[in-house]
Amino acid sequence: MATVEIEEKEKQVVELENVTIRFAGDSGDGMQLTGSQFTNTSAIFGNDISTLPDFPAEIRAPAGSIPGVSGFQINLSSRDIRTPGDEPNVLVAMNPAALKVNLPDMEKGGIIVVNSDSFSELNLKKAGYERNPLEDGSLAGYRVIAIPLSDLNANALKSLNLGKKEAERCKNFFALGMMYWLYDRPVEPTLKWIREKFQKKPQIVAANSLAVTAGYNYADTTELFTTHYRVRKAALAPGKYRNITGNEATALGFIAASQVAHRPLFYASYPITPASDILHELSRHKNFGVKTFQAEDEIAAIGAAIGAAFTGQLALTGTSGPGVALKSEAIGLAVMTELPVVIANIQRGGPSTGLPTKTEQSDLLQAMFGRNGECPVAIVAPASPADCFRMAFEAFRIATQFMTPVFYLSDGYLGNGSEPWKIPAVNDLPKIDVKFATNPEGFHPYSRDEATLARPWAVPGTPGLEHRIGGLEKQHITGNVSYNPDNHDYMVRLRAEKIARVASFIPEVEVYGNPEGKVLVVGWGGTYGAITSAVESLQKQGGSVSSIHLRYLNPFPMNLGKILSRFEKVLVPELNLGQLRWLLRARYLVDAVGFNKVKGLPFKISELVQEIQGLL
Amino acid sequence: MSGNGHHSDKGTAVLELKREDFVSDQETRWCPGCGDYSILAQTLKTLPDLGIPREKFVFVSGIGCSSRFPYYVNTYGFHGIHGRAPTIATGIKAANPDLSVWVVTGDGDALSIGGNHFMHAIRRNVDINLILFNNRIYGLTKGQYSPTSEFGKKTKSTPFGSIDYPINPLCVALANEATFVARSIDVDVKQLASVITQAAKHKGISFVEVFQNCNIFNDGAFKQFTEREFREDRTINLEHGKPMIFGKNRDKGLRLDGPRLAVVQLGNGVSESDLLVHNAAAPDPCLAFMLARMDYPDFPVPVGVFRSVIKATYEDLMDDQVQESIRRMGPGNLETLLNSGDTWLAN
Repeated sequence: MATVEIEEKEKQVVELENVTIRFAGDSGDGMQLTGSQFTNTSAIFGNDISTLPDFPAEIRAPAGSIPGVSGFQINLSSRDIRTPGDEPNVLVAMNPAALKVNLPDMEKGGIIVVNSDSFSELNLKKAGYERNPLEDGSLAGYRVIAIPLSDLNANALKSLNLGKKEAERCKNFFALGMMYWLYDRPVEPTLKWIREKFQKKPQIVAANSLAVTAGYNYADTTELFTTHYRVRKAALAPGKYRNITGNEATALGFIAASQVAHRPLFYASYPITPASDILHELSRHKNFGVKTFQAEDEIAAIGAAIGAAFTGQLALTGTSGPGVALKSEAIGLAVMTELPVVIANIQRGGPSTGLPTKTEQSDLLQAMFGRNGECPVAIVAPASPADCFRMAFEAFRIATQFMTPVFYLSDGYLGNGSEPWKIPAVNDLPKIDVKFATNPEGFHPYSRDEATLARPWAVPGTPGLEHRIGGLEKQHITGNVSYNPDNHDYMVRLRAEKIARVASFIPEVEVYGNPEGKVLVVGWGGTYGAITSAVESLQKQGGSVSSIHLRYLNPFPMNLGKILSRFEKVLVPELNLGQLRWLLRARYLVDAVGFNKVKGLPFKISELVQEIQGLL
Repeated sequence: MSGNGHHSDKGTAVLELKREDFVSDQETRWCPGCGDYSILAQTLKTLPDLGIPREKFVFVSGIGCSSRFPYYVNTYGFHGIHGRAPTIATGIKAANPDLSVWVVTGDGDALSIGGNHFMHAIRRNVDINLILFNNRIYGLTKGQYSPTSEFGKKTKSTPFGSIDYPINPLCVALANEATFVARSIDVDVKQLASVITQAAKHKGISFVEVFQNCNIFNDGAFKQFTEREFREDRTINLEHGKPMIFGKNRDKGLRLDGPRLAVVQLGNGVSESDLLVHNAAAPDPCLAFMLARMDYPDFPVPVGVFRSVIKATYEDLMDDQVQESIRRMGPGNLETLLNSGDTWLAN
């Protein structure tokens, strides 16, 4: 696909450094589509962007109801941004329920664009409004732009002679067109997308294209909009970029690892929100030799992955918290048989079924301890959607080098959120050298590599290396079943030591800011953007605060203890009740304090700034 | 470890495998008198003659006395967790279809905790040989009832008698359209060896139930029809293409009376031509299902191959899609993949 270079036109516009827009409507209104389109166009235009889709859990709640509201927030900027924005500056609300749900998050004085056609008595009632907020003065603190969107859209499409329902389905494109004009975006990328996506249905191409263009033109000619805005290109580091979600980047990272290691990829999984996308993405790439297996349940998925790992493939399974719970026994089997299996957990709100479409990072202690016995598993965690590529790759680098299962902890916010990704050159990717045992002379299934303590990877089909492995305790070197007391103590400690040695093969963690000072903020996972932005703004004001972000959680980087000791206070903001904090306190005897939020939402920069300021 | 036959330098095997090549160095730890010894012996006898290099065998098991089996065969083996052997075996076979993959399981492992995976491995027609040692009891955990134990069975966990209705593993397999279904008895060594060989040679899921005597916790579970003096009169060996005759004097047979099976005495106007002819290749499993339900004392207990049909295997279908994809789209190029989608340059 050819890259697209967009030129900026000179216009009379108001320049903004950044703007946060939230599109919200009924589940059936196409808000995810609208939001993604606006995102892609903005990315191609050259802004730095960050997104936060907000899905309802049910497939289709009753139309117009509060539980049915679906939203998409995008932050676009002319400078480097790392989060989807604390508060939306602009809300595009397609119905009263969307307004009700999202108004509390809005910035005071923000712009609210509503589809006034949907503010019927019935819809107002469904949203719990006793009076029409467009008429009762309750929105006086905002700039309200009420547009009869359904009517305008229907009129624009009149020439196509569509049915009422069919025309109505295009109104999100009309709204999109309007927003393009308002923020000085080109419509061409979306028109191109419509042509390609619906190429087999020319009538839909015509309808959607007309709706976008009509919306744009309407905004241009009407006096409802007195100004429009421009957000300039951001100064991204030179290179080739694409917009990518965390789940897409995760899938690409796994494929890249398989290509670099010259081993086929075997992905076994059971559909679960928010991990299913990874299965969908990988199942399309069979021409890379990727085999995907939709198992009958979570346990079958990891069982099959273990079997595939036994044969020498790069095997993995992907799921969310409830799936990890089911897989626990089998993960223990992978630890005892010392096979390289990656377990991807795209975390979501828990416990139990919890909040399937909301983000959280509360499975860290499950990853550390959630198995019977002393059962260590290495843990890596990406920090941003684009970082998912690098850490997915890393998971396999560690798994194959140490012959161990590895947890890859992402979350719903990273998985569904997107940002520009600087595409790496294939030659720059780290090496993954997979070596199988071949020589029967002196072969023992549980002999050890001196440096890593990994056992050899001897795969079925190799003559002379026939051996049996399994879940019972193993005798050191021979790998025979052994109940010997001294051997068991030795093997338990050996497995722990093997994981500890991963620390020598991972990078040290870098400090953002001064190497010592008053406050150190420590984070992991998807909180990177908000934490770093908060710390950056406080540093600009002269605050003695630095931050580190852990991508490796078991083992910790070798320099972590030293870094922690150089600060007076350690703050650990987490989207859980303090799981990393617990580990840091226990391991380093540091009096770390937490800032804990468990709302199914990411941190706002402002709330972190406030919390850190309290410690400075 | 002993050698495994002669191999030319190119690795292509001129296979002269012997039973000794498959005997492992591990001391067998089943109770003296256990039926498992017989099954192991017949397996070790048949493996060398299958024309498969030793390194290509993988035995996968779950948990139970049956599941100690892999340690006693000198091939690649995986002693997995309770009930999950079919999942591991599916992963092995799908990843490397070239291997000869076997699952050794028991009535608890396969039908209780493992029931789900048992069903799906069969449904998918993965080319593995799934041998179920049915002793109608939980032996390893010392004597609780199992999904195949009789209603009313008194055991450690059911001192007042089991209130579970048992199931018949052959019926479960046939309900899932198993393409090869057979039953054998641990003490009928010739028939057992023959069934194992046929299972191994069948391409697709090959399910074999073996009535196995646990002489410690459920001794004599099958003796009503397996003892030498009764066996011929109380069992029937199903042979494809042959009329269903049984009995010491070959004087009894099976026929269909309307929708039901009936045992008939030959003579008095009933001749061989009135009897059912066994057709293991019947496209649908309905008659096989009826045969599978036959039980002592009303019917002879059927053994042998109930069904043997061919349909595309899971691992072949999976591999076909990969190959087809490579043909259509060309082998994947990582550079192209990373740079796909809408990209732009920042300067």
